[in-house]
Parts: sequence; structure tokens; C-alpha cells
Amino acid sequence: MADTSAYQAPQEAEFRDYVALLKPRVMSLVVFTAFVGLIVAPNGLHPLVAFCSVLFIAIGGGASGALNMWYDADIDAVMKRTQSRPIPAGRVAGGEALGLGLTLSGLAVMMLGLSANWFAAGFLAFTIFFYAVIYTMWLKRSTPQNIVIGGAAGAFPPMIGWACATGGIAVESLLMFALIFFWTPPHFWALALFMKEDYHNAGVPMLTVTHGRQVTRRHIFAYTLVLAPFAIWLGLTSIGGPIYLAVALLLNALFIWRGWQVMQRTDEQSYGDHHKAEKRFFKLSLYYLFGHFAALLVQHWVGA
Amino acid sequence: MMALRTEHELHGRRRSRNIGLLVVLLSFVALIFGLSVVKVQNGNSASLQGFDHQVRPQLLPREDGVDIQPSDDPVAAPGTPAAAAGARTAP
Repeated sequence: MADTSAYQAPQEAEFRDYVALLKPRVMSLVVFTAFVGLIVAPNGLHPLVAFCSVLFIAIGGGASGALNMWYDADIDAVMKRTQSRPIPAGRVAGGEALGLGLTLSGLAVMMLGLSANWFAAGFLAFTIFFYAVIYTMWLKRSTPQNIVIGGAAGAFPPMIGWACATGGIAVESLLMFALIFFWTPPHFWALALFMKEDYHNAGVPMLTVTHGRQVTRRHIFAYTLVLAPFAIWLGLTSIGGPIYLAVALLLNALFIWRGWQVMQRTDEQSYGDHHKAEKRFFKLSLYYLFGHFAALLVQHWVGA
Repeated sequence: MMALRTEHELHGRRRSRNIGLLVVLLSFVALIFGLSVVKVQNGNSASLQGFDHQVRPQLLPREDGVDIQPSDDPVAAPGTPAAAAGARTAP
């Protein structure tokens, strides 16, 4: 029966394949942080305008995800984690993803300009450009600092949300940016520590591949130290307060402690227990980001 | 002639795409309609009146500390009810 299975009929895409092109899981982070940025901002928006603004920011984020999948299809085909994405799996053609990404980018920027303001729309356009061109096409394949600078794209959404409500930038929105910006590297490097072979096979210059795993461990710990002051500082601004500060202190102490543990380990220990500490750190990093933004939201609703 | 009744699995995929697109487009229409209603109700009236293509005093930006009152000595166009009521017709 070998010769019958050798021929694979071209598959026709289902609706969910196009949804998958928009990277819904990354989108959920964009939606949440943009929503918090918009809600905690001083000027309130009409609920429907706020909903539309967050929706169009999310569509813009999804569009940049589709552009990323179009450009990265060759890498995605090599890495285990991404092999089942629509393009490498052969369900969606590359050109379709490109078309979808460009169309949705234009639509999202235009609609955000009409629903909120043109400053926020310009900011969204810049974010899409930054993620699709600066990160995906340029930095990702050329420097081990790809994650650090590319992280900026993921850090813009709360600033865009803030810009939707206020039409500008403030120290609070810059600190929300810093929180995600300095959180991204340790988050992804922890992932790279237990996914090393994947990035290696694809030839993506992750820090683990270019500088070794011990250097990566030190970088992870260093970033938890850099991150903490920004997280605490945010608590001392107009959108912070006792609830946020309590959560931030707890999460940062935990994050630094777990980062320290990751740094202290050797590869033998790591492989010995199947990267237990690294996986625990990665999981904590998810709670860390969610916790901070949820605390901002609670602080806003409860009041100072 | 006998109709082809068997449905290929491919048709199911196409249907999922078509229905998905229909839902997306209908929601988009509803969203734009809702957004328009909100914008008209909450928008600042000057920017909405601006689309009448005629400059009127209401369209000019309000200056701080300047209180605008109806004139004590209005000028009316000849033949209008105001002119008949006694307002002067020459500037």
C-alpha cells in the first residue's frame, strides 16, 4: 500500500486553518494587554468603541502573525512545534497567507483610525511593520538578540490600547511596554532551553544555539533582575496602588528566585529531570505576565 | 439523469469556509452599524455638522471666556419673516 499513500491529494483549507494563521494564542495575549492598557487609561471610552478598538488591535496582531507564517514557512516545516501549522502542513498556500495578512493589516489600521484615533492607528501600523519586517524578515534569522528586540512588537499592544483612550503616550504606558519588553527574553529563552534541538535544526540563531546554554541561563537570571524595578515602578504611578504592588512584589520575588534556580543548574541536572526547573520557570513566566496585568485591572476597578 | 448525491469531504471543508466567512461579514456589518450609532450619539456635534459643506458660526471652535449672545440689532434678508417683523434689511 506504500504507493497509494505516497500521493497526497492537495488539501482544501477549512475556516479554522485561516483562523490558525492569525496565531490565536498570541492574539489572546495581545487582546488582554491591549484591553488592560485601554481600560486603565484616564479617559474612558464608550464600551462599544473600546470593544472595537481592542478587536482591531487583535486583528492587526493576527495579520502580522499571518505575515510571519508566510515568511517563516521554511523554518516552520523543520521545527516539530510548528510543523502542523497551515502552510507547512499544505492546507493553505503561502500566497493566501500573504494576501490575508496584508488585507487584514490594512483593514485593522483603517478601522482603528475610524473607531479610536489616527495616532493609535499609526502605532498599530508601526507594530505590524516591526513584527513582520524588522523581526520576522530581518532579526529573527540574523542575531541571537532576535527575541530581545522582537519582543518590542509584543510589548506595544498595551501602549496602543492606552493611545486609543488618550491619543498619546504616557509614563504609565511606557512602563507597561517595559514590563512585557523585559519579560519576553527570559520567557522565550526558558522555552529554548527545553526545545533546543528545534531551533538548532531550523538554523534560527537562538542564544542557546550561538552562545551555549550556560550563557542563556545567566541571561535569564539577569533579565529577571532588570525586569523587577520596572514592574515595581509601574505600581508607583497613577495606575498602580497597594493591590498591584503586593502582587508585583510577590511575583517578582518568585520570578527572581526561580531564575536563580535555573541559572544554578547544569545541563546534566537539566536533562536528568527532563528540564523540570526550566519548565517550572516557563510556566511561572506565563502567570507572571497575566498576574501583573490582571492586578492592574483589579486595582483600576477597586480604586487606589 | 441521476443527480450526483454523494458528498465529498472536500465539500464539507468548503462549506465550513463559506459559513465562517458569512458569519464574519455579517458581524462586521453589525459592528460598523453599532459604531456609527455610537459615533453619531456621542460625537462632538461640530465635526458631524462639518459635513454639511457650509460654514456656520456653530462650526467655529469655541473660544474660552467669550460668551456668544444673540445680537440686539439683527440683520435679516429682505422678504423673510424676520424682515417683515421689523428687523433691518441693510447691513
